[in-house]
Amino acid sequence: MTGAGPLVLVVEDELPVRRFLRAALAGHGYRVVEAGTVADAEHLAPSHNPDVYLLDLGLPDGDGIDLTRRLREWSRAPIIVLSARGREEDKVNALDAGADDYLTKPFGVNELLARLRVALRHAQASPEQPPVFEAGPLRIDLARREVTVNGAEVRLTPTEYRVLALLARHAGKVLTHRQILREVWGPNATEAHYVRVQVAELRKKIEADAARPRLLVTEPGVGYRLRDRLD
Amino acid sequence: MTPPTDRPSPEAFLARVTAEEAKAQRARFKVFFGFAPGVGKTYRMLQVARDLVAEGVDVVIGAVETHGRYDTAGLALGLEVLPRRALPYRGRVLEEFDLDAALARRPKILLLDELAHGNAPGSRHAKRWQDVVELLSAGIEVYTTLNVQHVESLNDVVAQITHVQVRETIPDSVLERADEIELVDVAPEELLQRLREGKVYLPEQAALAREHFFKRGNLLALRELALRRMAERVDEDVLAFREAHGVDRAWATAERVLVCVGPAPDSARIVRAGRRMAAGLRAPWFAVAVEVTSQPPLAEDDRDRLEAHLRLAESLGADVVRLSGLRVADAVLEFARRKNVTRIVLGKPRHPRWRDLVRGSLVDEIIRGSGDIEVHVLSGSAEEPPPRAAPARPGERAPARAYARATAIIAATTGLAQAARALFHVPDVEMLFLLGVMVAALTTGDRRASVLAAALAVVCYDFFFVPPAYTLGVSDARYLLTFAMMLGIGVVIGTLTLRLREQQRAAVARERRTSAVYALSRELAAAVDAPGVGAACVRAVAEAFDCEVALLLPKDRETLEPIAAAPPGLSLGAGEQAVAQWVLEHGRPAGRGTDTLPAEPIFCLPLRTFGDVLAVLALRPPGERRLTGEQRDVLESLGRHAAVALDRVRLAEEARRAALRAKAEELRSALLSSVSHDLRTPLAAITGAGTLLLDEGVAEPALRRELATTVVEEAERLERLVSNLLDMTRLESGVVEPKREWVPLVEVVGAAMNRLDRALVGRPVAIAIPDDLPLLSIDPILIQQLLVNLLENATKYTPPGSEISVRAAREGGTLVVDVADRGPGIPPGEEERVFERFHRAARTGVGGVGLGLSIARAIAQAHGGRLTAANRPEGGAVFRLTLPIATPPQASKEPAAEPPSAREVGT
Repeated sequence: MTGAGPLVLVVEDELPVRRFLRAALAGHGYRVVEAGTVADAEHLAPSHNPDVYLLDLGLPDGDGIDLTRRLREWSRAPIIVLSARGREEDKVNALDAGADDYLTKPFGVNELLARLRVALRHAQASPEQPPVFEAGPLRIDLARREVTVNGAEVRLTPTEYRVLALLARHAGKVLTHRQILREVWGPNATEAHYVRVQVAELRKKIEADAARPRLLVTEPGVGYRLRDRLD
Repeated sequence: MTPPTDRPSPEAFLARVTAEEAKAQRARFKVFFGFAPGVGKTYRMLQVARDLVAEGVDVVIGAVETHGRYDTAGLALGLEVLPRRALPYRGRVLEEFDLDAALARRPKILLLDELAHGNAPGSRHAKRWQDVVELLSAGIEVYTTLNVQHVESLNDVVAQITHVQVRETIPDSVLERADEIELVDVAPEELLQRLREGKVYLPEQAALAREHFFKRGNLLALRELALRRMAERVDEDVLAFREAHGVDRAWATAERVLVCVGPAPDSARIVRAGRRMAAGLRAPWFAVAVEVTSQPPLAEDDRDRLEAHLRLAESLGADVVRLSGLRVADAVLEFARRKNVTRIVLGKPRHPRWRDLVRGSLVDEIIRGSGDIEVHVLSGSAEEPPPRAAPARPGERAPARAYARATAIIAATTGLAQAARALFHVPDVEMLFLLGVMVAALTTGDRRASVLAAALAVVCYDFFFVPPAYTLGVSDARYLLTFAMMLGIGVVIGTLTLRLREQQRAAVARERRTSAVYALSRELAAAVDAPGVGAACVRAVAEAFDCEVALLLPKDRETLEPIAAAPPGLSLGAGEQAVAQWVLEHGRPAGRGTDTLPAEPIFCLPLRTFGDVLAVLALRPPGERRLTGEQRDVLESLGRHAAVALDRVRLAEEARRAALRAKAEELRSALLSSVSHDLRTPLAAITGAGTLLLDEGVAEPALRRELATTVVEEAERLERLVSNLLDMTRLESGVVEPKREWVPLVEVVGAAMNRLDRALVGRPVAIAIPDDLPLLSIDPILIQQLLVNLLENATKYTPPGSEISVRAAREGGTLVVDVADRGPGIPPGEEERVFERFHRAARTGVGGVGLGLSIARAIAQAHGGRLTAANRPEGGAVFRLTLPIATPPQASKEPAAEPPSAREVGT
């Protein structure tokens, strides 16, 4: 807890997990404030005004999704929710309520740090989008609406392009089916399979092997994520 | 992280169990029994209560009338008194015992004076003894007082002695329910002395009866009656004791009494007499009513009276039986033989002798046919019954139209007869008039109208045709005979027609009900669940009775929930709910037409087979209508059918649950034996590696790293194991419904591949999915899990570096996905066993619990698909997933409009 690294508010009731998070974060230059309950979190958040929240969805005294909604009323700081496998609905609800990303328990330090990095980068980014997105062989020039893979231009339909551009603007972050639908098809669209079909088409054009996607990955039960770097 | 489970605290649980036990236990019921007002019953009851209070027993006064007698009132001092309930009634406020307050207060013993008291209108029950029955069944002991003249079976004897008819009576069964009866006795002289001193309270209306009632002779007789009743009771106690202690039975109980019940008013006396005889013989007894199928049904008031008599018999402990047959005597005797009845009781005929000559005598026929059965013919009432109003048969209120039609027909006949004589010189026009009378009788179907027609025919015939013509005079006396015949024929035909119509109407009604019962039983046989049974039952009842119906099922012992209603969505008012609730708790009918909560517009019938009430059937007849006894019979038989069906459905459901439980139990035991090892192994590795890391002695970075890797890998293995176990449990419990979405297969395969990235390092995976596959309606998470399990299985059982292939193809209406490997394959004959839980291939040392494939198969089945295993001809195993293909929705759609500038997603 030294220096002026980003301040993380960890909201988690399980002491062992908190201990691990504290060690991992402090070791990588983050400052940490801890809360064990929703009440604590609501008390600490306004006074510390953290740069990012790590929020467990299963808290003893309340609903993490409600907490997300209430935090979003006044804070734009990224919120990353922690949840177990099999609770995909919770994750989607949290993301739709304003959370930025999620981590499925159990997770490793690398995953945690990567999520935090992406979240903080998006939070700090200037409102003006970087005109060019690059990850592996994929290059998207948002200003010129141009997409190339290994230097060769890829022809996309307008819808495919809109989906891809949306994912690129949120590179590294997960977007739910509903978020993509709303942004691309308009607020009244509800048919998640529109998104799925477009993504499948996109993969054929930008992935080396559409059946084993490396760039545009599926988050099962939640949505899609365009990776911002290839490991 | 899991929320605390919502489990009742041990204290609450214990309290519930104790309450249930108390309820199950028979609450004691004590009656202070006397022969007249003023003998000191209330005084004695209060004395006993004071003693009990002194011993620390929780005694509360529910209702005690001290009538201002200071000595009695003094005894009540210091005892807890329940506040009375105020009931507004016709501008006055009546104070009444508060049953709900008593149930809520739950004292050990409740004092409730005057068992025969009639409750104020608006109370739950019409009579106080019903309150007592409810209190007792709630486990509260009750002490009460009673005078001998209020006992139902002694009612008419008392009336004979004292000439005072007592209206408020209690069924004998209530008195027999008493665990203890204490006789409060005083010499009649002393009672009269008390009366003179004004110590005996009499309500004003009874003051007139005082002269009659409090005569020494009366009091002596009443005292004898009370003492005799006590003696009978002592006898019974002795008998019960002897039986309980295995002493040989002192009396043969082979006697059975049958009482013939009819609509005649004195039948009630016969019923009471029959009950006394049965009680004296300690014999079971039947009250039998016979419906004669060849005769028109009884008039409304006769039927009501008959039902009242049968209810009386029931309340006196009789088995009420309704028979039907062509002749009363035959039906009674046949039943008597079948049930080994030893005595038949019936009333003396009250009709004139000549009717026996015409119709035959019931008494004669029964005596003749009785064989070795004793027949007791008892006298009816000593006084004449109130003069019966002329029977108001519905068909006899002839509408003006019937008269008009009869008149018109006779007028036409007269015209026709005139014409016939003028034109054809027909000599015997009286035949034409007879024809006219018959036509009038047949077309009006009314006796009075046909009598009118006959009379008119006589007049017209006389006036127009009988010489001297155009006068009413008759010159030849022979014509008088013709007149009489015409009149007679008119009356006979009219009567016959009317009877025919009534029989027809009754037959139609019977037919309608029989077919309702029949149709219901057929529909019920087809119903597989409670809502199905409910719908069938409600429909049948609504059709048969033409009223609003709902079937309510207890949701959690406490609350009732409608599962079917006609019209659908019928809702009950708060009062009606209370009726249904009461019926659920007490298992007896209530509501309109009964003595319990009669003010509510619905009638509720409990549906039960044995034991608990399964459901409550609620009927709301239109307007002020009440169900007749016959209708209640039909309803009860419909209800019995429904109850049996509900029971069947419930048992089937229970059997299914039991099977599920057994399966879960089996799973759990298999789990325990198989899993403990698999769970402990990674835990042992983690603990070992962790403690070593803590040990300062291990400083070598390479070793530390190795230990850390062990911790991580074993933890991951543990996680997989736990996930599998959770998945399996969820799938096994049947709670997993696939959340179907329209998904391209390639996406699901891709997600599975991504999840297995690390496990598949260095393995070629050939994926072949045709481009033109339709979207699938599947749960993407579950199918991904299925594929992950298949792929994991392949990586575990095949040599590293060997190829795995995933191929999809459309085959007709199904999609086939093959996951194939080049490993050793499945041992022959094990193709099915690999899907069994906890099955692991014997020869390999592969970790895992052996759940992956059974989970995969469960997922396939949840999707209506199949998962099978086989060996490939070229070597290796192949797992084939077959999924049905549904018609996919419109594949894609261009955005509706130019999207908003996508700067920020979400909020």
